[in-house]
Amino acid sequence: MKILVIVKQVPDSTTVIKFAASGRDIERGGVKLVVNPFDEFAIELAVRLREARSDVETITVLTVGPASAAEALRTCLAIGADNAIHLQDAAFDSLDELQTAALIAAVVRERGYDLIVRGKQEIDLDSGQLGPALAELLNLPHVGAVTKFELAADGKSAVANRRVEGAEEIVPLQLPALVTVDKGLCEARYPSLPNLMKAKKKPMTALAAADLPGFADAVGGLGGSTLERLEPPPQRPPGKILKGEPEQVAAELVALLRSEAKAI
Amino acid sequence: MGDDILVFAEQRENRLHAGALQCVTAARSLAGKTGGQVVACVIGDATDQAVAAVQNAGVDRVIVVRDASLRLYSPLRYRTALAAAITKVGPRAVLMPATFMGRDLAPRVAVCIRGACATDVVDVSCGQNGAIDARRPVYNGKASCHVTLPANRVAVISIRPNVYAPSSGAAPGAVEPLAFAAAPGDDRVGARELMRAGGEIKDVAEADVIVAGGRSLKSEENFKIIYDLARELDAAVGASRAACDAGYQPHSRQVGLTGKTVTPKLYIACGISGAIQHLAGMRGSKVIVAINTDAEAPIFKAADYGIVGDLFKIVPLLTQEVHKLRHA
Ligand SMILES: Cc1cc2nc3c(=O)[nH]c(=O)nc-3n(C[C@H](O)[C@H](O)[C@H](O)COP(=O)(O)OP(=O)(O)OC[C@H]3O[C@@H](n4cnc5c(N)ncnc54)[C@H](O)[C@@H]3O)c2cc1C
Repeated sequence: MKILVIVKQVPDSTTVIKFAASGRDIERGGVKLVVNPFDEFAIELAVRLREARSDVETITVLTVGPASAAEALRTCLAIGADNAIHLQDAAFDSLDELQTAALIAAVVRERGYDLIVRGKQEIDLDSGQLGPALAELLNLPHVGAVTKFELAADGKSAVANRRVEGAEEIVPLQLPALVTVDKGLCEARYPSLPNLMKAKKKPMTALAAADLPGFADAVGGLGGSTLERLEPPPQRPPGKILKGEPEQVAAELVALLRSEAKAI
Repeated sequence: MGDDILVFAEQRENRLHAGALQCVTAARSLAGKTGGQVVACVIGDATDQAVAAVQNAGVDRVIVVRDASLRLYSPLRYRTALAAAITKVGPRAVLMPATFMGRDLAPRVAVCIRGACATDVVDVSCGQNGAIDARRPVYNGKASCHVTLPANRVAVISIRPNVYAPSSGAAPGAVEPLAFAAAPGDDRVGARELMRAGGEIKDVAEADVIVAGGRSLKSEENFKIIYDLARELDAAVGASRAACDAGYQPHSRQVGLTGKTVTPKLYIACGISGAIQHLAGMRGSKVIVAINTDAEAPIFKAADYGIVGDLFKIVPLLTQEVHKLRHA
């Protein structure tokens, strides 16, 4: 069984956002970059499958991103992936999510992965498009936002649990397949220092647009949304702090929620 | 591609999702500019009540794709069904609520029809030269992102719940059945089972009102006061990660970056400090109330109404006040 984990390098969740002069990006200087937290669960799932079974041949980790993203791949190699693919080219920067999925599809289509795992969304642009889009491009079944994943002994099918509003779905699916994972699936481990050292020796393949003859055709046929502008979120008017005895403020709050906010 | 706007009117167990009527509002504003019709598409098995609900909400037509195999959501079958409706209508844009279903379906359908996609959108409009403009929160709500979807592709857009008001209409839209023909391989995702989350308390992802508690509740038993208020408000109970990690509440109730993102009409945060990762999951709520002993707690910056005080005193008083109001 060959497993592919797709990760993205993102600014740490505590990053204070400043806007770049272009208006199209955030100021990246000094920002701490990490593996997207949902993708950490994806790599964890792959490594746990390898630990629990004897049929996992390889775990490959792939990312699309600038030179700095190699760091995210190395973290995943230290956690337990065997090899890495880094898609890096200035030409990839302007791709939207669907086109990025098409790029990845062009690279992985012939490599015969049995299971592709990805976090349910990225914590930077929060789009969550990549997983389902890639599944469609590769004509694979997918299950999104999975919180439990059990692979059958023969590796040909699986049962995934997926949380939805007010309920949990239990979904049988056939492999090859793609799943996107949610929190609750597992606790992600941190790479140890010795493993980080060893990871430096694991193979990492860099691919640019020139290495991918079908690239322009693959991404030309869909998507094409453009990020025009990033700006601060709309400001909320400053809140009202209610003062007084507990009985009084409680009554005042309920009255305000009814008459002013019309929320109850 | 034409001028019509198609709304995927999500239903589960014959109940229309509230977000579907909100999408109709957004669709009507787009159709007002494109000059097209608003067409709803309902996919499922027994869907008569859901169809009736959307039919009377100001749509021109309702396409109903009905099949026993569509009773529960499947990304493959629903993709096939919605793509068939898109082919039939030839819309300029397709809107759907950004629920678990919509988030899962939109990108897949967008690829299938070779369209373009934007998810979790809070504002959509017709832009210049036939493009569609969308605004969506990014970086955990710390920034707002404007994207344009190109004029030459069908725009598939999921709309964040509770941002648009629900639509209502006068004349009912005409209902048209559309036969379902599964695509080869659609059975690779099998029939699912649904397990209900136990109890009478709603899930945070589907509630209009959420009462949430933090680490300061100190135990599972103490959450009773949160549940009492929630019951009085017909609300869901949410929790901070610290409260979930401590075992006071199950992880399914966690709100935030690594929990659920919620946009209810009212969010009451009790003894929650307002860490950036918690705000990430709830700052899109319409009205935010904070109750905290620490006047400097960051949650007050996000709140519309704040009470600086002990939640163990305030929350039971709120329950009483709401009870009085409801039974007046
Ligand atoms: C990668 C990452 C992901 C994360 N994801 C999430 C997430 O999804 N959701 C999430 O919530 N957190 C998340 N966190 C954790 C987050 O940083 C905070 O640690 C957490 O939200 C704190 O929870 P809390 O507000 O309950 O506890 P605390 O921060 O300990 O705050 C307790 C608050 O209660 C107040 N208080 C105490 N006693 C009373 C009383 N009697 N009455 C009223 N107020 C009182 C205190 O003044 C304080 O403000 C994440 C962190 C990381 C690093």
